[in-house]
Amino acid sequence: MYSGGQLDEEKVFKDPVHRYIHVRDKVIWDLIGTKEFQRLRRIKQLGTTYLTFHGAEHSRFNHSLGVYEIIRRIIDDVFVGRDHWDHNERLLCLCAALLHDLGHGPFSHSFEKVFRLDHEDFTQAIILGDTEVNAALREVGDDFPQKVAEVIAKTYPNKLVVSLISSQIDADRMDYLLRDAYYTGVSYGYFDMERILRVMRPREDQVVIKRSGMHAVEDYIMSRYQMYWQVYFHPVTRSAEVILTKILHRAKKLYEDGYTFATKPTHFLSFFAGHVTLGDYLALDEAIILFYFQQWQYERDPVLSDLCRRFVHRRLFKYTEFHPTNEQMAKLIELRELFKKAGIDPDYYLVVDSSSDLPYDFYRPGEEGERLPIYLLMPNGELRELSRESVLVDAISGKRRTDHKLYFPADFLEDLSTKRTVKKKIMEILKG
Amino acid sequence: MLTEHAKVMKALAAAGEIAGRKKLQKMIYIAKKLDFPFYEKFDFHFYGPYSEELTCRIEELCALGFLHEVKEKKSGYVQYRYTLTEAGEQFLRHYDWDMPGLAECMQAMNGQNARFLELVSTVLYFEHLSKDEVKEKIAVVKSKQRYTEDEIEEAYAYIEALRSRCNKGACV
Repeated sequence: MYSGGQLDEEKVFKDPVHRYIHVRDKVIWDLIGTKEFQRLRRIKQLGTTYLTFHGAEHSRFNHSLGVYEIIRRIIDDVFVGRDHWDHNERLLCLCAALLHDLGHGPFSHSFEKVFRLDHEDFTQAIILGDTEVNAALREVGDDFPQKVAEVIAKTYPNKLVVSLISSQIDADRMDYLLRDAYYTGVSYGYFDMERILRVMRPREDQVVIKRSGMHAVEDYIMSRYQMYWQVYFHPVTRSAEVILTKILHRAKKLYEDGYTFATKPTHFLSFFAGHVTLGDYLALDEAIILFYFQQWQYERDPVLSDLCRRFVHRRLFKYTEFHPTNEQMAKLIELRELFKKAGIDPDYYLVVDSSSDLPYDFYRPGEEGERLPIYLLMPNGELRELSRESVLVDAISGKRRTDHKLYFPADFLEDLSTKRTVKKKIMEILKG
Repeated sequence: MLTEHAKVMKALAAAGEIAGRKKLQKMIYIAKKLDFPFYEKFDFHFYGPYSEELTCRIEELCALGFLHEVKEKKSGYVQYRYTLTEAGEQFLRHYDWDMPGLAECMQAMNGQNARFLELVSTVLYFEHLSKDEVKEKIAVVKSKQRYTEDEIEEAYAYIEALRSRCNKGACV
């Protein structure tokens, strides 16, 4: 047992966002060294975003260390000794912060959609299963892995602990906004995190923010808003994501139809068959996926090979704004028929992508059973929801934030050597 | 194309009108747990299972004019009511598939209040645990709602009834 066990000497990681990440607890050091945690080095934080912002090659490993460091600062520098904070929860918070994304797979958003998986189930399975992570956690106590799993699943009894890792102003969001801004090179993700950490206060059920820190939080909300539209919802990234998803769908379909692959999809077999073990899941990373995409460029199946070529060489689909009203839906149906006439399979080459298909969320003021909002701690001790005090936050949290795009292969349609008339007709409709 | 949007609309069309975002969330979650093919991702939140994806989808459907959202001020809180619009009904005509049993299931759930559906969805969220463990869990994670032993038993009975009826293609 080494609950509270410390290293002989503090270890530090250099980090471009937080400058240094400090590790004093032996269990944290041991967890970082496990093979399941090291696997996160091979999974990019932003999936296909690197095809739009070439700097966005950072991994889930970087981000996980960053979330841990933010939590460490909150606990050790701000919360220690304050009411409502139980310092016995310190190690639990640090471990949960470090491991919160442990179950993410390669290009996990597309993967989860196609194979109907949930990375959070795998996070639980890694923490509770026969793994190096589980062994390291059990050194703290037999029930410690279960507690860490509960914090990450948001079912742990101490809601304050949960809210540090997962709420509308949590360490996860603060790290990914700053980190994604840094690596993409955009200038709008920055906010004064140090200031926010200094004005965070523990309460029974969640972290609240001192009223004097409201402007720093406004900046955080605005950064989040801008990052969504400028980076996370970027139409080119979504185009890459659409192609990736369609490759996985096509490969699965071919497998189900008994197609003989030139490069047998060994690593995918249990995914196609729908009985994925933890071992199968952990064996996959982005390098392996990209290897298959490289190989599948040379498959006999023209759809699979074309889609893989598009992904590998960044020959992405073009897009047009698409507002799926009934009139537009009628056009979409017409387009599908025209695609078939042109010899282009609309199931793979004509795709509507909506903002609700994206794994990001805007600030919600917590109306009626939604997620808990951000509360400001007023000088008289009262708690007030952020958008009731901030005109700026109120202005953006009340807006509709929806977006739909229609993706298609412009290069196929512009090649008029075959099916000239029908392709011209398609382009006319797409250009509106 | 927009199939997941259409599924949510089919559920709403079957229910007629749903009063409350919380209720809507819990109804779709319960339907998903009853094996109706909803693929929105749910996490456990303060009020039980909640899907940001579903919230976004509802916003999109309202923005497209397919759902009508009415905001009502109640004592101390705001409630939203949802119904399908004529344009929404027209949109649904593009989708000629059906989810057998869904209509009866949604109508049955719509007759319950949000507090009870929150309990039912929480029981379903923890259904991999034993009944005693679920009761312990509810006492901890839902301490503020103060659910009684009888209510929890009622939730279990309700789930069983929903399941057996839905399997036969018609819900309680």
